[in-house]
Amino acid sequence: MTIELERHIDPALIPILEEVHDPEIPVLSIMDMGVVRSARILENVVQVTITPTYSGCPAMDVLGEDIINAFAKENIEAKVSLVLSPAWTTDWITPRGRKALEKYGIAAPLDEEADKEALLGGKKIVKCPQCGSTNTKMISQFGSTACKALFQCNDCLEPFDYFKCLK
Amino acid sequence: MMKNENIIQYIYGIADNALILGQRLSELCGHGPILEVDIAMTNMALDLLGQTRSYYQYAAQLSGEEKTEDDVAFLRLEKQYRNVLLVEQPNKHFGYIITRQFFYDVFHLLLLEELQNSKDETLSAIAKKGIKEVSYHQRFSSDWIKRLGDGTAESHNKIQEAVDDLWQYTDELFHMTEDDAIALENGVGVDTATLKEKYNNRIKEVLEEASLVVPETKWFQKGGKQGIHSEHMGYLLADLQYMQRTYPNMKW
Ligand SMILES: [Zn+2]
Repeated sequence: MTIELERHIDPALIPILEEVHDPEIPVLSIMDMGVVRSARILENVVQVTITPTYSGCPAMDVLGEDIINAFAKENIEAKVSLVLSPAWTTDWITPRGRKALEKYGIAAPLDEEADKEALLGGKKIVKCPQCGSTNTKMISQFGSTACKALFQCNDCLEPFDYFKCLK
Repeated sequence: MMKNENIIQYIYGIADNALILGQRLSELCGHGPILEVDIAMTNMALDLLGQTRSYYQYAAQLSGEEKTEDDVAFLRLEKQYRNVLLVEQPNKHFGYIITRQFFYDVFHLLLLEELQNSKDETLSAIAKKGIKEVSYHQRFSSDWIKRLGDGTAESHNKIQEAVDDLWQYTDELFHMTEDDAIALENGVGVDTATLKEKYNNRIKEVLEEASLVVPETKWFQKGGKQGIHSEHMGYLLADLQYMQRTYPNMKW
């Protein structure tokens, strides 16, 4: 299966899904990340579909196993499958997720237009998650993972990751 | 009538390019000229290998045999890989790497923009996901073409030399194999022949901005799509397949 048009998550399953975190950004639950497309109970088995942030995201294999383990702890059998369409966008990160990112030291994605101005136009609009200054500069368009760029704050001098906008 | 074998071969024709170019870029991990480029190259390799996985998983599923993506990636013979000669060309110097990437990125994006309209839902979904990634790749390689073309006399000469050498491999991108034609007839595949004009225009635009010239090549190389590869492919595959050939069915 590669397509899951509508997002459908059984509310009863949300507390368990919120226990599972992105292995690369441990403060972010997969629900806040917006990668869960559906979760349903079918014949006593929980069927979860997730969508990758990037095609080559190495975290996806681990995520699948973590979901199965989280349900297994509650003695529930779960199956996880991957869907590709519609493709994930950073818009699916929840407001709570964005706050968690900032607190963790990662600048949350700007909207598409501002993102372009920050990455390509060198405009100083990405806010330093340490001191809040927007007097920042990009060091590298690719950071520690494909979804992030590396920035540095000109005021407090701390380097930090910026989560790039993906539309 | 389109058989599963036709669509599998059609998928290899797209996915093998991503695998082999991804493998070439992976060779640069830890060897990039500067940190940013090193990370960018390996991230692009990761994107390409991620796309490859989606294609191969689908091809393995269509085969009806108990195959996995790994069988498809690691256990075919050289003649069974359908990638174009361009992507298997070695990492000669940074100008070569960028030119090879640029020549492929421009084609790749045009291809995916069409493939997203495929009647095949899986291929359409893989293409849609890939477009976002390949747009980044094209921007990255185009920027470097301009920086090197407009840089020092040495960087200009080296990048022009790479353009002159690699241009002969670009025509093959637009050749249609029998499986390509069958996929096209059935609304699954893309008519790559029609992409050539757009391709040439985009390439010319960037090269001119970089004060580089498109060479007037009369003779173009071909053969990769039929499984007839350059000598570089054997070495690449020896490296790529080594672990699975030495320790069959090994897992990480
Ligand atoms: Zn700061």
